[in-house]
Amino acid sequence: MNVLGSTWDWLADPAHWSGDDGVWHRLLQHLLLTVVCLIVSCLIALPVALVLGHLGKGGALAVNISNVGRAVPTFAVLVLLLLTPVGKWGEGPTVVALVLFAVPPLLTNAYVGMREVDRGVVQAARGMGMTGRQTLVRVEVPLALPMILNGVRIAAVQLVATATIAALAGGGGLGRIITAGFNLASTPQVVAGAILVAVFALLVEGVFEVVERLGPAWARGGR
Amino acid sequence: MTAAPDDCLARNEWICGDYLSSRRQILLDAVGQHLELTALSVLIGLAVALPLAVLARRWGWAAGPVLAVTTVLYTIPSLAMFSLLLPVYGLSATLVVAGLVLYSLTLLVRNILAGLRAVPEETRQAARGLGFGPVRLLLTVELPLALPAAMAGLRIATVSAVSLVTIGAIVGFGGLGNLIYAGMNTYFKAQVLTASVLCVLIAVAADLLLLGVQWLLTPWARKGRT
Repeated sequence: MNVLGSTWDWLADPAHWSGDDGVWHRLLQHLLLTVVCLIVSCLIALPVALVLGHLGKGGALAVNISNVGRAVPTFAVLVLLLLTPVGKWGEGPTVVALVLFAVPPLLTNAYVGMREVDRGVVQAARGMGMTGRQTLVRVEVPLALPMILNGVRIAAVQLVATATIAALAGGGGLGRIITAGFNLASTPQVVAGAILVAVFALLVEGVFEVVERLGPAWARGGR
Repeated sequence: MTAAPDDCLARNEWICGDYLSSRRQILLDAVGQHLELTALSVLIGLAVALPLAVLARRWGWAAGPVLAVTTVLYTIPSLAMFSLLLPVYGLSATLVVAGLVLYSLTLLVRNILAGLRAVPEETRQAARGLGFGPVRLLLTVELPLALPAAMAGLRIATVSAVSLVTIGAIVGFGGLGNLIYAGMNTYFKAQVLTASVLCVLIAVAADLLLLGVQWLLTPWARKGRT
């Protein structure tokens, strides 16, 4: 097909890979945004979810927050943030929106994972004289780890997708190649950008898959 | 010549009653397009997902590939998905619908398949013992029992579709997303906020509607609890 040929030509042209608008720079931006925001989101969501799960409180909040997250369009949040004072901080709106959308899956999965830990095991830990903190760190978190990691993986894929949409609102990342292609009415560039984004998203998913496979048996869960 | 009126539109406020009254037709058109794109894609997704899930249930070997393909599709970010379909459909509403169908498909196949798999083997055997053929077994026993799981998938798919339609603004067919996109370029705060709130309202309304449909379709589920 003609489009495939010209897309290949676009991708094969070294001029498209270097410079500030080049693929490598955009890829680095995308990766940096994803990793930084994943770490920030984990630091926000996991402690809250682990403590709530340990205490068994706030379950309705932790579970429903991910439904709310799904109903709110990412694009709308990005544009709204862009028009508020946050919009003046360069990548500010993108980072805030990315974190907002990565927190719900982390929170929900970690909370559900903590609550699904066999109550008998927790009581046994209590019976052995473990304090609340010891139970949390040595019993509940290790047993809930598969679910927690599943949440991290969903959040990472979500982050890659959101970082792409950020390009619509002027943020950096691989999505910029696509939006620039639309502005130039260049179908090969749009398709080339889309392929890069799709491959990147699948690689992120694949990395988690491999980490899960190679991880110790107790971290893999009974899948 | 009169001076520019000092209303909330001129001051570019977030919440603006004048915006609602003066742009009513634009808003209604956008909501209409939004609903049309959402409904069309979810319905097509459902029509494709149902046979796929049933086939994957019948032939166990098909389940693996079907689930793998749908997982890959779901991983692709929406902006990239719409862009990948550009050479096929051009700048059209069909492109947005096609992209959304692929996402709904993923969620629906997984949920319907999970629902079908959760039907207890004893129930199926009892139905066979009563002389049910495979078609009757599927239509009168398996599908009704899979309904709660399928409806859960349908609700997630619909709510996601409502939110993803906005990305269609990149090709000019994004329903309320068009208003958000235009509002972003002109720093029109009232338009962005109004369109965003309407999006969320549509998602919540659609979710409640489907919850109501589920309640009507599963009379046996509500008899137990009073």
